[in-house]
Amino acid sequence: MNVVTPFEGIGASVKRKEDLRFLSGRGQYTDDINRPGQAYAYILRSPHAHAKITSIDTAAAAAMPGVLAVFTGADTAALGSIPCGWQIHNKDGSPMAEPRHPMLAEGKVRHVGDQVAVVIAESRAQAKDAAEAIAVEYEVLPAAATMEAAQAPGAPQVHEGVAGNICYDWHIGDKAVNDAAFAAAAKVVTFETTNNRLVPNAMEPRAAIGEYDATTGDYTLYTTSQNPHVIRLLMGAFVLQIPESKLRVVAPDVGGGFGSKIYHYAEEAIVTWAAGKLGRPVKWTAERTESFMSDAHGRDHVTKCSLALDANGKFLGLRVHTQANMGAYLSTFAPCVPTYLYATLLAGVYTTPTIYCEVKAVFTNTVPVDAYRGAGRPEATYLLERLVDIAAAETGIDRIEIRRRNFIPNDAFPYQTPVALQYDSGDYTATLDAALKAADWAGFEGRRAEAAKRGKLRGIGCSTYLEACGIAPSAVVGSLGARAGLYEVGTIRVHPTGSVTVLTGAHSHGQGHETTFAQLVADRLGVSVAQVDVVHGDTAKVPFGMGTYGSRSLAVGGSAMVKAMDKIVAKGKKIAAHLMEASVEDIEFERGTFRVAGTDRTKSLAEISLAAYVPHNYPIEELEPGLEETAFYDPKNFTYPGGCHIAEVEIDPDTGHVQVVNFTAVDDVGRVINPMIVEGQVQGGVAQGIGQALLENCVYDASGQLLSGSMADYCLPRAEDLPAVGVATHTTLCTHNPLGVKGCGEVGAIGSPPAVMNAVVDALKSYGVRHIEMPATPPKIWGIIHAARPAMAAE
Amino acid sequence: MPQVTLTVNGKTSTVEVEGRTLLVELLREKLRLTGTHVGCDTSQCGACVVHVNGDSVKSCTMLALQADGANVTTIEGLAKPDGTLHPMQEAFREYHALQCGFCTPGMVMSAIDLVQKHPQGLSEKEIREGLEGNLCRCTGYHNIVKAIAAAQEVMHGRRSELASAAE
Repeated sequence: MNVVTPFEGIGASVKRKEDLRFLSGRGQYTDDINRPGQAYAYILRSPHAHAKITSIDTAAAAAMPGVLAVFTGADTAALGSIPCGWQIHNKDGSPMAEPRHPMLAEGKVRHVGDQVAVVIAESRAQAKDAAEAIAVEYEVLPAAATMEAAQAPGAPQVHEGVAGNICYDWHIGDKAVNDAAFAAAAKVVTFETTNNRLVPNAMEPRAAIGEYDATTGDYTLYTTSQNPHVIRLLMGAFVLQIPESKLRVVAPDVGGGFGSKIYHYAEEAIVTWAAGKLGRPVKWTAERTESFMSDAHGRDHVTKCSLALDANGKFLGLRVHTQANMGAYLSTFAPCVPTYLYATLLAGVYTTPTIYCEVKAVFTNTVPVDAYRGAGRPEATYLLERLVDIAAAETGIDRIEIRRRNFIPNDAFPYQTPVALQYDSGDYTATLDAALKAADWAGFEGRRAEAAKRGKLRGIGCSTYLEACGIAPSAVVGSLGARAGLYEVGTIRVHPTGSVTVLTGAHSHGQGHETTFAQLVADRLGVSVAQVDVVHGDTAKVPFGMGTYGSRSLAVGGSAMVKAMDKIVAKGKKIAAHLMEASVEDIEFERGTFRVAGTDRTKSLAEISLAAYVPHNYPIEELEPGLEETAFYDPKNFTYPGGCHIAEVEIDPDTGHVQVVNFTAVDDVGRVINPMIVEGQVQGGVAQGIGQALLENCVYDASGQLLSGSMADYCLPRAEDLPAVGVATHTTLCTHNPLGVKGCGEVGAIGSPPAVMNAVVDALKSYGVRHIEMPATPPKIWGIIHAARPAMAAE
Repeated sequence: MPQVTLTVNGKTSTVEVEGRTLLVELLREKLRLTGTHVGCDTSQCGACVVHVNGDSVKSCTMLALQADGANVTTIEGLAKPDGTLHPMQEAFREYHALQCGFCTPGMVMSAIDLVQKHPQGLSEKEIREGLEGNLCRCTGYHNIVKAIAAAQEVMHGRRSELASAAE
């Protein structure tokens, strides 16, 4: 008899099933895997941002000890382009520019780190040694290192045939209505800002092993991916022309992704193709320096925006013009980030009746830019929440009050925004009030005065944010340019003796799916968490899947599991009815037990599954044996998590150092399955948001050299840079998925940057500061304080 | 090729290495102890921390030859033979101090050394400062700090059992 303790189901902080292997060194990350006969690839990368390759001489390298092969773009030119998964259309309806993205450079390099050649050798060291012996002659070209440089008259062309380096010029909203709103406004607040470029820096560098079985003609790729089925589709169908039936993609334990491991990267295709050429497994592992110059970067928007208000501080209209850096090539989902994941979020939690947003996507000689934790939504939230604070300061309305006046009220759901989205649920007043209370907002001035006695400048700031997760439904995203469906797949396999295997197309790379998903099954099927195994990350085991990004795993993948479990229960009821000689309509199912309603006649799930696999006494005429069901779930809408983040900072005026001293997050992520995991997700997201606000910045010089190209140069948050993060949730249920869940993976990184920057500006308000760009580094803050001091002394 | 003899997790091995081979390469590639990870190439991240003669060391910063005669403990050598976890491992699990698990081996090894070298106990601030050499991109360190604070009580014998995260 299976008995579920009530503490393992939905709402329980079950300790993670995956932890034991990670804590004892038994995780299996891609670089931990070694295949028999494995050779090693090292990729020679461009040292220049923009150059013609006038010649490559690989003879010396090929003759080096242990070298098996050296390949260049000439060898791979007949293969497909690394594809882009989302097509945006220009204002005039024409499609975006989509230049070829070769596996290995074909005559030209377009960013520092672009792949020029690959050496395959018996050892990593031999491959690296030989790469140094490749003689490449470059004709260095002027680089378009910034979006400004790329759009200047006579700018260097990143791609021939892409005029002015513009990938697309897109817009959303009704401009005439928007113009009219601004014309009628009592007050217009304007604001310009750059959303700083970030490098995701998952702790595990990317790695890939390609393998080819000459007997069967099957290829296998082990890769650090968030979505192995998508990689199989993109690489197999578009680059290497290998049918799905001949290509297995395995994404084993993956050490963090944050978006950077969604995309199909050239190295995956290189090792797979080379394995076929050599007839040996080929392994490539990035060094961190390579990660900096080849993993897709995040953010990098330059924006001008205006908010129109009436005399009472009601928002009348929002106008936004954004330039979004695409880098040198289009990464898999890059085009949708500054459009459908950004401009559609500009209503935020407010009733702004008209929004018009133009987005120009620009090619530059930099690493491709794509989704990084939050993807478009942090950029939208940052500009909106800074803009609201500036509007409060310039209208004299309290920052909290101006938000309250403009909140979408609770009785307005479902709420249609002017930028396409329809929000299903939320309670922005409740999350704001809870956060204000938890952060003791009312008592802040006392803390400011106390800090001042210690010579510190203390500030407080909040953001009231909303985001969109579980991007869907497939038909809608298809109409917006997605070249894939955005459903998810779940298989529930009840074994003969009652244990359960879950196969999911979602992929866990830190999110704890093996635990959360097991809890879902425990809750619904009445088995213990220990009896449930979750399998993910292998196209040979899982029927299909779209992977994990955009906080979609539970809302979309979990819903697919629920749908599959519903089928299990429906079939189980038929078996139970047969065994207990009752009618199907009279069978009830609860917590692992099938019961004839109103009687004490029961069968456990294990008894039913045994009967299903040993069908001696079984309704074989009308029911197939076995107890396994698969469901595809295509959501009806996005989910809309939201909430309030409050940051409190102290600035040392002598050094300019900003310390976040308190951080409070109150998030509405829908129904919470495992509170411990949700808190951890929020804390991690907040850490990345504080990193963006105070520390992290990816910097190129004017020639396109990457200056922040190592962990010694790019400032990742360390333990002492961060505060304890207080997390609470306030739940309104998602109305359109069966679990009522919304997603929690990105809220931390979305809500926190503007909260921190609003606090920094608040701390410096006596210096007349209106706005400070991220990251608020000590030199920047020190400069502001010391520039203002003489003027203040003179007053 | 030069040889190096060292004891790892109680087992003595002699292996041939190149002069340039790093200790972490010896552990991962020669001894197949892949629990120790490589997260960077500038000795910033700490994913490769092991104990060498009782001190925490970034094994990417030490040549394999420098470990000749050394006694090395890796994450694989922490639990007792019967599988009982070290109190620090147990605390990381109890306090949800890991997500993707990649920084975890180095983080645990650093944390153990940090606690062992401060028998008087560490404050939250001291723990945060003590983790200066270890990067985690998932957790925001919040739960790592809590786990170390709880583990030190057991490691120094001030509590017989780990305080529950629910306490």
